[in-house]
Amino acid sequence: MEITEYFTLVFTDYTLRTITLGTAILGAICGMLGSFAVLRKQSLLGDAISHAALPGIALAFLITGTKDTNLLLIGALISGLIGTFWIRGMITKTHLKSDTALGLILSLFFGFGMLLLSFIQKQPNANQAGLDKYLFGQAATLVQKDVTLMAIVTGICLVVILLFWKEFKMLLFDADYTKTLGFNTRFIDVLITFFIVLAIVLGLQTVGVVLMSAMLLAPAAAARQWTNKLSVMLVLAALFGAFSGVFGTAISASQNNLSTGPVIVLVAAVFVLVSFIFSPERGILFKQIRFWKNRRDLQLQKTLQFMFDIVRDHPDISHPHAIKILNNFQGYTKNTLKKMEEKNWVQVKGMKWSLTQEGYHAAENLYKQ
Amino acid sequence: MEGSKIAVQVDDLTVAYNYKPVLWDIDLTIPEGVLMAIVGPNGAGKSTLIKAILGIIDPIAGSVAIYNEPYEKQRKKVAYVPQKGSVDWDFPTTALDVVMMGTYGKLGWIKRPGKKEKKAALEALEKVGMLSFKGRQISQLSGGQQQRVFLARALVQDAAIYFMDEPFQGVDATTEIAIINILKELRKANKTVIVVHHDLQTVPEYFDWVTFLNVKKIATGPVKDIFNDDNLTKTYGINYKVAVNQ
Repeated sequence: MEITEYFTLVFTDYTLRTITLGTAILGAICGMLGSFAVLRKQSLLGDAISHAALPGIALAFLITGTKDTNLLLIGALISGLIGTFWIRGMITKTHLKSDTALGLILSLFFGFGMLLLSFIQKQPNANQAGLDKYLFGQAATLVQKDVTLMAIVTGICLVVILLFWKEFKMLLFDADYTKTLGFNTRFIDVLITFFIVLAIVLGLQTVGVVLMSAMLLAPAAAARQWTNKLSVMLVLAALFGAFSGVFGTAISASQNNLSTGPVIVLVAAVFVLVSFIFSPERGILFKQIRFWKNRRDLQLQKTLQFMFDIVRDHPDISHPHAIKILNNFQGYTKNTLKKMEEKNWVQVKGMKWSLTQEGYHAAENLYKQ
Repeated sequence: MEGSKIAVQVDDLTVAYNYKPVLWDIDLTIPEGVLMAIVGPNGAGKSTLIKAILGIIDPIAGSVAIYNEPYEKQRKKVAYVPQKGSVDWDFPTTALDVVMMGTYGKLGWIKRPGKKEKKAALEALEKVGMLSFKGRQISQLSGGQQQRVFLARALVQDAAIYFMDEPFQGVDATTEIAIINILKELRKANKTVIVVHHDLQTVPEYFDWVTFLNVKKIATGPVKDIFNDDNLTKTYGINYKVAVNQ
């Protein structure tokens, strides 16, 4: 299938529409909540939570014996939350730094989850296959009710963000200060974390345990490049996430056998790359251009200053001087003189230059502020 | 100060991080309307004292009263200026937005700031000479300007008592003068201002009240009575004047 064919089919084909809608919604909610995680410098938390969810899925299957997605995801939610609270406990109760606590929980829970998965696989039960789809995700298994659940959670999440907008913003910027104003910072904190865990759990079926954190971080990291406003950042991150979902699904549907989760993550990575390079204020391209431009301007200004020092001693400022003198000045090139002529700072006649009124003023004000 | 009200009363306050006491049995009475410096060496617990009074850190013992009532009931009478380095200035927001946060306490949960709050924030920005920077992204402000923004945020709270954690750290002379003038204005309005301060040279010039702290409280009282060699030596462990003049 060609990509163009995909986009005509997406509106008519039921399966394709469901999957596309699901990945788009998932991308949007992850982008929004990921912005909070990035700004709290808790980028790795998402990674730890998603890995911590794996044993919950396996245990839910062992206990209930069914592969009903909702039941398994409740298991994931519970073990994800347990992992999160253990991480918080470790950070507050011990001397361990947060990166150590995150790494420990991530690998411990993931190891336990893998152990359970291999145990399940040895069971004499035909029902066992397919649990490993939660490792890397399988968007093709999304059905209408999964998407409905995602949409409901995203809706609730949006309402909560809008209601507690000022509390969230203040906590993200300055938690201590928020506390002195009488706000229950623990409650706000738990609320944010709970929704992050929820979003991750929702994404496990589609993107999988291993790649889930990229869904949170990539759109947010890309969005941060384009704006200095928190609200705009959230909207952009949601859009980037949603587009990653749609394009990722489109590419994987049109190229046979490409699994959707990794493709979505790679599309999100393209958003990050483009943002890092091309964003006007923070991007490396424009930063480099500004750097070059400043250096060139500085060179012009230094040459102008040198000329000014010569001209100053003459009664007539536009008295012509030999270009040869300028060779004494380090950093002078023919090109500089041309540029200065363009700026109307100097006039060049034959082998002589003279400062214009405009150039004289520019030089006078050069280092005055 | 005879007969004046007591703004802050601290009793038996003790704070420890992992068994090691950071503050030991602090009793402190701060009268209304003073401009007080808290001085002491690094690690003396100056910032911790402020944070424990404000409930940011849980003390293991002790109590704090603001105008004779428990602090929890009197939060709206208290404003806080944290250390400039305690937040990430690359956060996506503007100077005005940060100052607006000063109004959030009175607004309470969920309610959004409106015209009245914005007006108050703009006035506070003007007071600290930062009105022209209101729309500026906070990472593009200089250290001194960031400090002024923090001060403006506290001014918006229109509190009776101001706690400030090293407001003069890393600011240039102009900003220092601007800040101290605002503090003196606050004192004129009978507000109580408590400042963690590092520069001993300026204590007699800026403040009228001082607390010497080094895990324990060494002394507290009017600068003219207790700011002397004896207390400096007790607090810093060296004869300060002799050491400076060497």
